[in-house]
Amino acid sequence: MSANNYTRTAIALHWLVAALIVGTFLVGLYMHDLPLSPMKLKIYSWHKWAGVTVFLLAAVRLAWRVGHQPPDLPEGMPRWQQVAAHGLHQLLYVFMVAVPVSGWLMSSAKGFQTVWFGVLPLPDLVGKNQALGDVLQTVHMSLNFAFAFLVGVHVAAALKHHLVDRDDTLVRMLPFLAKSH
Amino acid sequence: MSALRIALAALALAAAFNAQAAEYGQVLADKSSLSFVSKQMGVPVEGSFRKFNVALAFDPAQPAKASAKMDVDLGSIDAGSKDANDEVVGKSWFNVKAFPTASFVSTGVKSLGGDRYEVAGKLTIKGKTQDVVAPATFKQQGGNGVFDGGFVLKRLDFAIGEGPWSDIATVANEVQIRFHIVATPRK
Repeated sequence: MSANNYTRTAIALHWLVAALIVGTFLVGLYMHDLPLSPMKLKIYSWHKWAGVTVFLLAAVRLAWRVGHQPPDLPEGMPRWQQVAAHGLHQLLYVFMVAVPVSGWLMSSAKGFQTVWFGVLPLPDLVGKNQALGDVLQTVHMSLNFAFAFLVGVHVAAALKHHLVDRDDTLVRMLPFLAKSH
Repeated sequence: MSALRIALAALALAAAFNAQAAEYGQVLADKSSLSFVSKQMGVPVEGSFRKFNVALAFDPAQPAKASAKMDVDLGSIDAGSKDANDEVVGKSWFNVKAFPTASFVSTGVKSLGGDRYEVAGKLTIKGKTQDVVAPATFKQQGGNGVFDGGFVLKRLDFAIGEGPWSDIATVANEVQIRFHIVATPRK
């Protein structure tokens, strides 16, 4: 048996990670063709710190799930939607890990170590290698666009539950909506 | 038996004397390197200069008489990425068009005991000259003389990185310079 609601911790983590992902994605889009300047170096560092943070928070979320089962899907959902919902949630976690890892590897290959908040150095798992760096840049970008698409589907599904099915799928992840009803 | 021993001892002595008396001056450019580590946002980034010339005269028996002169082709810099390479030759960094070469001229070499030495000299970059002191080691390896040393250069002393780039919170003022010079004895 599972609870009817998400824990406060799960809700807080969901929105924190969501905000970080959207912000880091937009910063990444903006920064990559900036001319070199001190500001560019700063923005790159912030982007990398945010990415490492997403990776770590994704790990915290997965650990939290082990001990706290999420609420059941709404009753009466067709079987294919249940499968799709679970599959999509699993994929979102895969990307929450894969996107930062691809950025980390790409940084190492391009010869710029990632040092979280300028304090904690992450090991370089690959050495400096321009060709590999270029490949990993393409990988990082492709993973990001795939991730953006999946997040779009996730948001659309949540809105569909709220506006079309009029069930509590969105509200239980966004408790203040319930009060304003 | 004892004659052989004496002969061997004499040979060893001669070899040692030879090594002592050798003056190293022929620099092997392809075995030597000039590299540096800058810090961007607290992250060390490796770089190097591919072209530089060293004129050297060093006799381990007479270090005080040693001299060294190095000219560095600043346009041959690899600052860690293509973006950086395009940027650092420009006006606010090395201004390579106006100042293509950096030079170091030794003013004195001091023995610190063992294989350790200290090289003092004048470093000129971008029209600015500063005194620098670089500790170095000297080792004989396979008939060659190998010098390893370095010092910390403060880039703003030479106006390397002007305007917005003078922000040392982004690119640190201190740049670690390392040299590895391999020379053969002058014949």
